[in-house]
Amino acid sequence: MRSCQLHAVALAAAVFALSSSAALAQKKYDTGASDAEIKIGNIMPYSGPASAYGVIGKTEQAYFNKINAEGGINGRKIKFISYDDGYSPPKAVEQARKLVESDEVLLIFNSLGTPSNSAIEKYMNARKVPQLFVATGATKWNDPKDFPWTMGWQPSYQSEAHIYAKYLIKEKPDGKIAVLYQNDDFGKDYLKGLKDGLGEKASMIIAEESYEATEPSIDGHVVKLRAAGADVFISITTPKFAAQAIKKLAEIDWHPLHIVSNVSASVGGVMQPAGYENAQGLLSAAYAKDGADPQWDSDPGMRKFFEFLAKYYPDANKLDGSLVYGYGVAQTLVQVLKQCGDDLTRENVMKQAASLKDFETDTLLPGVRINTSPTDFAPISQLKMMRFKGEKWDLFGEIISADLSN
Amino acid sequence: MTAADEAEVVAEGQVVEAVPKRAMTLGTGTSIAVLVVLLAIPLFAKNFIIFQMTMLLIYGIAVLALNILTGGSGQFSLGQSAFYAVGAYTSAILMEQFNVNYALTLPVAGIICFAAGFLFGQPALRLSGVYLALATFALATAMPQLLKLGYFEHWTGGVQGLVVTKPDAPEILQNALKAFSLKISQDMWLYYFTLVITVAIYLWSVNLLRSRSGRAFMSIRDNEIAASSMGVNVALYKTLAFGVSAGITGVSGGLGAIAVQFVAPDSYTITFAISLFLGMVVGGVGWLPGSFVGAAFIIFVPNISESISKGLSGAVFGVLLFLVIFLVPHGARQIAIVGQQLAGRFRR
Repeated sequence: MRSCQLHAVALAAAVFALSSSAALAQKKYDTGASDAEIKIGNIMPYSGPASAYGVIGKTEQAYFNKINAEGGINGRKIKFISYDDGYSPPKAVEQARKLVESDEVLLIFNSLGTPSNSAIEKYMNARKVPQLFVATGATKWNDPKDFPWTMGWQPSYQSEAHIYAKYLIKEKPDGKIAVLYQNDDFGKDYLKGLKDGLGEKASMIIAEESYEATEPSIDGHVVKLRAAGADVFISITTPKFAAQAIKKLAEIDWHPLHIVSNVSASVGGVMQPAGYENAQGLLSAAYAKDGADPQWDSDPGMRKFFEFLAKYYPDANKLDGSLVYGYGVAQTLVQVLKQCGDDLTRENVMKQAASLKDFETDTLLPGVRINTSPTDFAPISQLKMMRFKGEKWDLFGEIISADLSN
Repeated sequence: MTAADEAEVVAEGQVVEAVPKRAMTLGTGTSIAVLVVLLAIPLFAKNFIIFQMTMLLIYGIAVLALNILTGGSGQFSLGQSAFYAVGAYTSAILMEQFNVNYALTLPVAGIICFAAGFLFGQPALRLSGVYLALATFALATAMPQLLKLGYFEHWTGGVQGLVVTKPDAPEILQNALKAFSLKISQDMWLYYFTLVITVAIYLWSVNLLRSRSGRAFMSIRDNEIAASSMGVNVALYKTLAFGVSAGITGVSGGLGAIAVQFVAPDSYTITFAISLFLGMVVGGVGWLPGSFVGAAFIIFVPNISESISKGLSGAVFGVLLFLVIFLVPHGARQIAIVGQQLAGRFRR
């Protein structure tokens, strides 16, 4: 009896070995991928000062739930493991190591924050694990030569600032620019982009004021900038402060040409709280559609997005720009994994991520396309200028490309 | 009001409870057992766990430093993150900009932080209790901004921070191990390196608190007027306690920079200072071994609460913390004492 069982086991093992070796001929896997699933790691600030961005992680989870419910990617389910780093770089290192060494993920996707991503960049590249589509606009992520395992996603702050500089040189060549910026990597990167973009006309900037993200109000800075006699006001601020600045400008009856960074262009998050009447004529640039903007209600891409929200993330606040972001970036990852086919090695993931051609997500502005190459690790580098009118943004002008690399 | 109630009210008036110095440490047998466990862990654990244990030791040193200040000399500080940051940046800058060996950067970090702490202790002398806590709080809030200042950007890397190279084990050791066909990973080497420094600092701290200076610290903690009338130079010893605490924190900051391989202003916010404070309370104020229990709490409990609920991790952490404070108000020390009593009863 016993030997009979043994035989059966041996036979089964032999059959299994044969079949799996046959399968191995076509399928290639690295740690974190198998016939049944693909493990994706993620790090988000669910707690701490940047916890508002945690919505991005939740949207991504919801999107992968949708993909899994629809049968997965080439038959493989996505297992999304998302950890909290509280926006603290040392914690991000701990979580990244946990994801790579303990959970054994195939790649880390869309980890959020410049400091956190800077902290893990060296480790990820030393380990040769993809650090894909990081959620930060710093320019340094487009550096395929030194960091071939790290790739950004959204347009960099510097390229966006370049676009404003181009616009100002053309439309207001004798303008006197006042800049209000947040004293961190975001603000400084942006300011640098603006100055580089203005080039020899950088002297157009007559006043700069920086504020700390922890300050309760920026009113004092706005008043100071007005006193400098500027007629262009560039607000490199996060949503809360952008809204404060718009309000304060109206309050002190100062009407310069006002540009807000794309970070704070949300209709629901900034314009509405600041008051639509105060926001008229504001300029900004965008690469994605705004979920709170009624002009997209009948857009086929956005319809799909709203259907997704209704079914997989019903308690989401539709005004939150992080939803559109999370949806778009998750869709891009799914495209990369689809392109990988049955070759789910880390090397092939990076290869496919670096060969996206004219890919469009449901949420990108018409005409904005995702393009990458082995020397171009900046997936989105196109934006469109827009002006606030009534209760929505009016897009104008051409799609502007501002490709930058280190 | 009964007499017992009254006694309680009186005890509450004192900011930090008097801890007799013998109760500040572990017995020899227990210490050796703990050390053996710590030595053995890397042989069985994954690199990731070794890294976490390294961080535990590093935060443990920082909590220990705070414990000397608060449990020893009775002064509060919410500014430890600032000294930790100075230590971390000192090590990082020396390693990356001036190519100094990582081991040599640690004493430098310690000395610079000792000086900074001693100087900060001077004005802080005039403050006590909550006011001192507030003054140090200001230091902790200011530090990330100071690190971002344009003047220092050339060295500090400004808002982008600095990336630090992780050290390999010394070649002599590697070659020696090669003879036995063994290999030592960077993580393992760093763990043992940290462990040696931790043990050294721990022993030194225990001796410090048992020495004349330690007695002076504790007399100031228990009653300043009595201390000064006994001839203790209150001003000197208070600033000294600040300096020593800052110096040790600086060393742990330097180690932290090497282990994490990255320093940035946002790593050293007030939240970190509060974490250290929390670690001290959970470990037991004035009980030095508790510092490492406290460090384990601030590293692992957030992970546990996150695994319970992602959206409410903060709230879960709060509940867990509340439970600890409510059930064992004296922290790990209380558990250790109960354990000791149980063991004693068992022996009989």
